[in-house]
Amino acid sequence: MSPLRDWPIKRKLTAILLLISGLVLVLTSAAFVTYQVVTFRGTIQSHLATRSRILAANSTAALAFANEADATEILAALKYDPHMVAAALYNQDGRVLATYPVAATADLIPAAPQPDGYRFEGGRLVGSTPVAQGGKRLGTLYIASDTKDVSDALRLSGVIAIVVLAIAMLAAYALAAALQGRISAPILALAETATAVSTRQDYSVRAPKLGEDELGTLTDAFNQMLVRIEDQDRELRRYATELEQRVAERTQELQERHEAVRRNAAELLAANQELDAFAYSVSHDLRAPLRSIDGFSHVLLEDYAAQLDQAGRDSLQRVRAASQRMATLIDDLLKLARVTRAEMRTEVVDLSGMARDIVAELQRATPERLEARGDPRLLRVALDNLLRNGWKYTAKQPRPQIEFASTNVNGERAFVVRDNGAGFDMKYADKLFGVFQRLHSAAEFEGTGVGLATVRRIITRHGGRIWAEGAVDRGATFYFTL
Amino acid sequence: MNAGKILLVEDNPDDIALTMRALKSHNMTNDVVVAQDGVQALDYLFGAEGGAGPDELPAVVLLDLKLPKVNGLEVLQRIRADERTRLLPVVILTSSDEERDLIDGYRLGANSYVRKPVDFVEFTQAAKQLGLYWLLMNRAPPVPRRL
Repeated sequence: MSPLRDWPIKRKLTAILLLISGLVLVLTSAAFVTYQVVTFRGTIQSHLATRSRILAANSTAALAFANEADATEILAALKYDPHMVAAALYNQDGRVLATYPVAATADLIPAAPQPDGYRFEGGRLVGSTPVAQGGKRLGTLYIASDTKDVSDALRLSGVIAIVVLAIAMLAAYALAAALQGRISAPILALAETATAVSTRQDYSVRAPKLGEDELGTLTDAFNQMLVRIEDQDRELRRYATELEQRVAERTQELQERHEAVRRNAAELLAANQELDAFAYSVSHDLRAPLRSIDGFSHVLLEDYAAQLDQAGRDSLQRVRAASQRMATLIDDLLKLARVTRAEMRTEVVDLSGMARDIVAELQRATPERLEARGDPRLLRVALDNLLRNGWKYTAKQPRPQIEFASTNVNGERAFVVRDNGAGFDMKYADKLFGVFQRLHSAAEFEGTGVGLATVRRIITRHGGRIWAEGAVDRGATFYFTL
Repeated sequence: MNAGKILLVEDNPDDIALTMRALKSHNMTNDVVVAQDGVQALDYLFGAEGGAGPDELPAVVLLDLKLPKVNGLEVLQRIRADERTRLLPVVILTSSDEERDLIDGYRLGANSYVRKPVDFVEFTQAAKQLGLYWLLMNRAPPVPRRL
């Protein structure tokens, strides 16, 4: 049998009701039977005592005169009471004077008188009563009665109790079976609904409400919960559907995009391979004819110079120059192609250093870029002054720039030092080169007002000119010729 | 000039003429053998169809890369694969300066890689330098005996 806690609630309720009513009935019946027995025993005991005292009173004469026949006759009257088992009269000495029945055996009659009083002994009620006259004790009356009445009464009570118990239990069972439904039905309904919800995922079912008690409240709460769950479930399903749809759309989009990218990549790869093949072919094949053009032009110039006039030689030189230019063009184009094709290896690059390297390389290749005739020591002083000037007046610039270049001014070559610093007002342009002339306070920019004057002296000594252009906060440009 | 010969492997007749002219201006013409494609070059070195090659290996091979039939890199590979020519000096002389050609050339064991300049003066200089260097200055490895 399954443990008590696993019993269905119906059986539990019935069992509890039966257990309680059974216990009450058993206790009640026991009390009833006990009361019956106790009462009955008291009754028959007092009954026997009364009879004993009557007999004792009747027996005084027989005892006083030790008249055995009388005594026996008196005792013989007991035969009218079928419950009387035995009786005896003891004289003063404790000797048996008479017995009932006359031929009573020793086991029925004690040999000596018992102490006064009544008691139940071995299924019989026995008692000893003093026989006295005028305050003088003459002897003792012993009397024994069976307890058939008691046991009969007991049996009857027992039977009644059992019958009542049985009827009561049946009634209790019937009542319990009828009434437990009041409690268990709503619970069972709830349980059934919950099962339906959990097995079928059907949130539309509702538990029937069977009353306004606590179980009714519970049912209401349960149903409200179901309503909310149903709503949320519906929402959730809607979201899930939407989500699925969106995921499907996105997947589709991604696949399309992926496909497009793949196609593009393939096209790019093909284009790249074509470019590669093209560049390789150009590298090998396009330069060879140029070499022939240049080479054989050269052969003509070397071997047939005598047969050619100046114009012919000039033409051939042009052919050579053009072929060499074309070779350069091809090389540049190849470089461009290589820049496009080159594999990228990213790392930290020192651009400043790189720029310095390239400038140094360029300067090594063509050192004569800004060339002039003059005294190097003096020109160094002049350039030093001009560049320092630029350096000084660009100090407050976030992006300072100082440029040294050459330019053409009215067909004359002029060198330029240009900065994007503090500049000056053109009104004072003629004062710039005067000794001790300053356009800025010492607090703004340090200086002695000698530098530019020195520069002008040097330029003038070289037969050149120096002038300046500028605007406040727009930088200054110094031009000089040599 | 009594040094070994130059094997010029070159298919472009103009380039052959210009190279010969450049070498001639330095008195090296007699020493030049021309192969106009890779097969001819291999035939010269190893003998055509089982025939014998030259009695003496050239002092240097000037090898163009773009050649009909068997290209320059394959010729180089064959030269390096054969015990007799494994140490033969080979200079790649070609129009291209593609990085891939440079790498392949050196990987297959070229001794030098020279790009033919377009400018004939420079080209003459290059040819002269090559001839002088490989015929006169360079000490070629001992040639193994023919089998």
